[in-house]
This record gives sequence, structure tokens and C-alpha cells, in this order.
Amino acid sequence: MARESSALRSLTPPSASPRPWFGWLVRRSSRVSGSQPALLVLLFAASGYFLVPLIWLMISATKDNGDLFGSFGLWFGQRNSLFDNLTQLFTYEDGIFWHWLLNSLLYAGVGALCSTMLAALAGYAFAKFQFPGRSVGFSIVLGAILVPVTALALPLYLLLSQWGLVNSIWAVLLPSCVSPFGVYLARIYASASIPNELIEAARIDGAGEWRIFGTLALRLLSPALVTIFLFQFVAVWNNFFLPLVMLSDQHLYPVTLGLQTWNQSPALNNHALYNLVVTGSLVSILPLVASFVVLQRYWRNGLSLGSVAN
Amino acid sequence: MRIVASRPAWSRRRLPRQWLTAYSFILPFALLFLLFFLVPIGFAFVQSLHQSKRSGLGLEAPRELFTGLANYTLAWHDHTFFDGIGRVLLYGAVNIPLILGLALVFALALDSATLRFKRFFRLAFFLPYAVPGVIAALLWGFLYDPSLSPIVQGFAHTRLGAPDFLGPQSVLWSINNISVWEWTGYNMIILYAALQAIPQELYEAARIDGATDWAIAWRVKVPMIAPALVLVFLFSIIGTLQLFNEPQVLATISHSISSSYTPNLYSYTTAFAKGNYDYAATLAVVLAVITFILSFGFLRLTRNQSGV
Repeated sequence: MARESSALRSLTPPSASPRPWFGWLVRRSSRVSGSQPALLVLLFAASGYFLVPLIWLMISATKDNGDLFGSFGLWFGQRNSLFDNLTQLFTYEDGIFWHWLLNSLLYAGVGALCSTMLAALAGYAFAKFQFPGRSVGFSIVLGAILVPVTALALPLYLLLSQWGLVNSIWAVLLPSCVSPFGVYLARIYASASIPNELIEAARIDGAGEWRIFGTLALRLLSPALVTIFLFQFVAVWNNFFLPLVMLSDQHLYPVTLGLQTWNQSPALNNHALYNLVVTGSLVSILPLVASFVVLQRYWRNGLSLGSVAN
Repeated sequence: MRIVASRPAWSRRRLPRQWLTAYSFILPFALLFLLFFLVPIGFAFVQSLHQSKRSGLGLEAPRELFTGLANYTLAWHDHTFFDGIGRVLLYGAVNIPLILGLALVFALALDSATLRFKRFFRLAFFLPYAVPGVIAALLWGFLYDPSLSPIVQGFAHTRLGAPDFLGPQSVLWSINNISVWEWTGYNMIILYAALQAIPQELYEAARIDGATDWAIAWRVKVPMIAPALVLVFLFSIIGTLQLFNEPQVLATISHSISSSYTPNLYSYTTAFAKGNYDYAATLAVVLAVITFILSFGFLRLTRNQSGV
């Protein structure tokens, strides 16, 4: 009991100095500078700007097509049609939306996993081995970061159509397995976080290079690998141009391309599909939004790598 | 050369085998990189040196002929292409300073020790990055569309009248807004992460010297994160020139977006609507070269600040 009260006492400031009316907005221990309330107003206004479109989307997903056009956009309509919308979304055209969601998951999941593994191997080698062609090789990888993905999509299409690979899952999956930026991040993190002495000690103990990589390096690299995975996952999930160019079979579409197809479809002219595009947009962003909230830590950690280390 | 220098006898025996190990580590990445990165670029360049020609009366199937730089001459005189490039450059000149300025202000604000609701702001600003570009464009498209938009409806009741977000003058700035919405938080997180990595002692020293919070922000923090600023600026330049998703989506509700509105949209139309793959490849190559020139020019300009 005594310990508890002393702990409480240490939390409250010793002297009750007069605090300004906005005192609750800032932490007590700090010196209050005059710009704080203005800054908070600015930040709350900015939060509104960033969140309102998403709030609009959530509200609109509860409306049928009549209410979408007949009621004010930022408040609910006559009745709640969310479940009708969801049912219609997942059953329309024999449930093609399921295909799109699973395709996105396949492309982004497998692409990110594969590119992370390749980046870990290559980044580790660039960081920890001496070999001819090392600096030239890494310069090429760095240069490739500057090559925009969209500039590459058209040439890729021309090439893959020669090989007969267009309009197949490989046309999206295989290019998604290459991430020069991932190699760059893995190299930086490997040089910073795997001590050379540790590798040499393992070698003296007789461990082979692959075993050192598999047991020691992978474990030390794992925070960076999570970040590389997340980056590539979002990049592939968001990629629109590559599947647009490569795919013509609707059953192979990722969700972004599928929704844009509905958005462009002639049926839209009589507003028949609006509720599906709205509800589908909401459903398609939920997985990423959830993962962002859960995995925030990894984003910041990994990003500080990329920006500080050079 | 650290490992090699420290144990010469050991490594001389080991070196060639280490090369082999290194190559086998890099091989999987190198193979896919070659196939899906370098070969397509080479292939596009070869394709750009050809033209598809019909002989005689045009009754036979067209043949691919080597025409040297003919496509490049064509592109050089192509006003449609350069109009598009001018448009994205104008767009970028507004878009990049706006996004990075906002991102920097937000990052500095979040980095301040005294701010409340930090977690909320960080998440609220970063969340739009979780929304794919196409979905963001669809979403804002709804907010621009006069028949759906609460913004347009709201303004219609005031004396200002309903704004036209999709007209020929305004649509570029409506696209700009989508991109600000999407990318500000992403850039903010990169800058914020860089700020968090600055050792705190530096601020203490500045404070003892009597520096105010503002002076610390602009004189200490901003110069310290110059490499991160260079990085995000570089990515922004590259992204801007590739503008495609937003205009492609908005084109379904706006008549002001032509099929050659941006260079990327133009090369896409050239390939898939007109079937002229040779010329589309030429446009892709020219665009990539322009992107490279601007990126490297920027890196040279900022060499002293960035240390890259």
C-alpha cells in the first residue's frame, strides 16, 4: 500500500504550477511553447483530410444505389444495405470478386516472400563476401532502383508475349519476385547488424557458408526481412499497370484491376454497379489497413534503415 | 576487404571458394533480375529500332523492318508526347514540393517530444498509403463526381456554387490532390524514421547554447536528415513522371483526360489501342532516359548534402 501511494505521488508534479487552458493537450513534464495549440489544430485538420475519404467509403458501403445518389454522402441513408451489398459483391458474376481477392493475395504473398528470400541471399553476399564484380553488380542494382516499374511493364509485355507467357499468373508473379530495393535494404542491414567476427567464429567452428547464413544471418536479418516483405507486398498489392498490361482473362485479375473493370463497365452508366465498386473498394483495403495497424513498428524500423544508412 | 586483409594465409586458400559461394548466393536474384529487368530493357531498345511496314498495296501481312533511329526522330517531333511530358513536369513542380513540405512539417511535429496524440496522428496520416492508387483514384473520383459527392453537394448550397473538379483546367489539380492524399503520410514516415535516429545529445547541446525549438528543427534536424530528404525527393521524381493510374481511372468520369494525357498513358494507348508496339517501346525508352537524366541531375545537384 505504501509503495503504491509513493508511486502515485511520483506521477503527480510536485508543485501545482498554474497551467494554461490548453494544458491537457500537452504532456505535463514539458515546457509549453506558444505554438502548440496552433500546431494541434493544424494536425487535426490534416487528420480530417486524410480520414474523411475513408469515412465516406465506410458510410457509403452501407447504402444501396438509391441512397448513394439520394442521400448526403457523409451520413447514413434510409436503411442499412451493408449485408445486401456484401452478398451481391461476393456472388456477382459467379463470385468473381473472390477470385480477384485471392489472386491479389497470391501475387502479393508469393511475390513478396520470393523477393524477400532472394534479396536476403543477394544482400548478404554483397555485404559479407569479397568477389570480382561486387561493386559493378551492386551499382547495377542501385541503378535498377531508379527504373520505374511502369516503364518496365511494356517492354516486359513485349518479351513475355514472345515466350507465350502473357495472360498467365506467371506474367505477374515472376516479375514481382524481383526487388532491387529489397537487395539494397538487405545489404545495408546485413553490413550493420551481422558482425564479421561472428561469421569468422562460425567458420572456425567448421560451419559451412550456407549453414552460417541459414542459422546465424537469417536470424539477425529478420527485422529487415519483415520490412522488405511488407514493402514488396504493398507494392505488388497496389500494382495496377503490370496486370493491366499482362492479363486479359478476368479470372486472373487482381482486385485493383477487377474493380477498375467494374468502374469502366457500360452497366455503370445506369448506376447498376456503383454499390459494388464502393463496397469492393472497402473490402479490398481492409487487409492492408489491418496489417498496417498491427505491424506499424516494422514500418518505422525498416524505413529508418533505408534513409539513414547511406 | 576487411576479411581478406586480416587473415591473408587463411583466405588465400579460401578465396576462390568464397567467390563461388558468393556467386551461388547471388545467382537466384541475378537470374530473375536478368530475365525480368535487363532483358526486357534491351528488348524494348531493339524493338524501338524497328518499324512494322506493309509493302505494295498493303494486302500482305506487315513485316518488321530495321529502321534505325526513325522512331526516335518521330518521337522528337511528336507534340502529343511532349505535351504530356510538359504536363507531368508542371504537375510535379507543384506536387513534389507540396507533398514533401507537408511531410517534413508533419514529421517534425511528430518528432517533437511534447506533442499529444502522436500515435493517432501517425496512423491517420499513414493510412492512405494502405489504399492502392487505383482504389484511391476511384474513391476520390466518387468525391469529385457531381452526382455523388458530398463536397460538391455541400458547396452547391453556398454562394460559391458547385466546384467543377473534372474540368479541363482543374482536373490536373484534382489528380494532384489524390497524390498528396496518398503519399504525404508515406514520405512523412520515412522522414520521421530518420529524425528518430538522430542522437538526442545533439539537441541537448543546442539547447544549452540557447537554441529555440524552431531553431533546433531547422538548423539541426533538417540538415541531419538531408540524405532521407534526397531519397524521398528522388522517388517522387521517378513516380511523377510515371503518372498513370489516377488519370486512367478519372478518365471514365472526366472528358478532360485524353488518351495521351501523360506520357505513360500515351505509350499504353499506342501499344494496346493502336497496336503500334515499336513506337510504344520507343516512347517507353525515351521516358526512361528522361527519368534517368532528371534523377542523376538531381543526385549531382545534391551531392554535397546527401553524401550519396
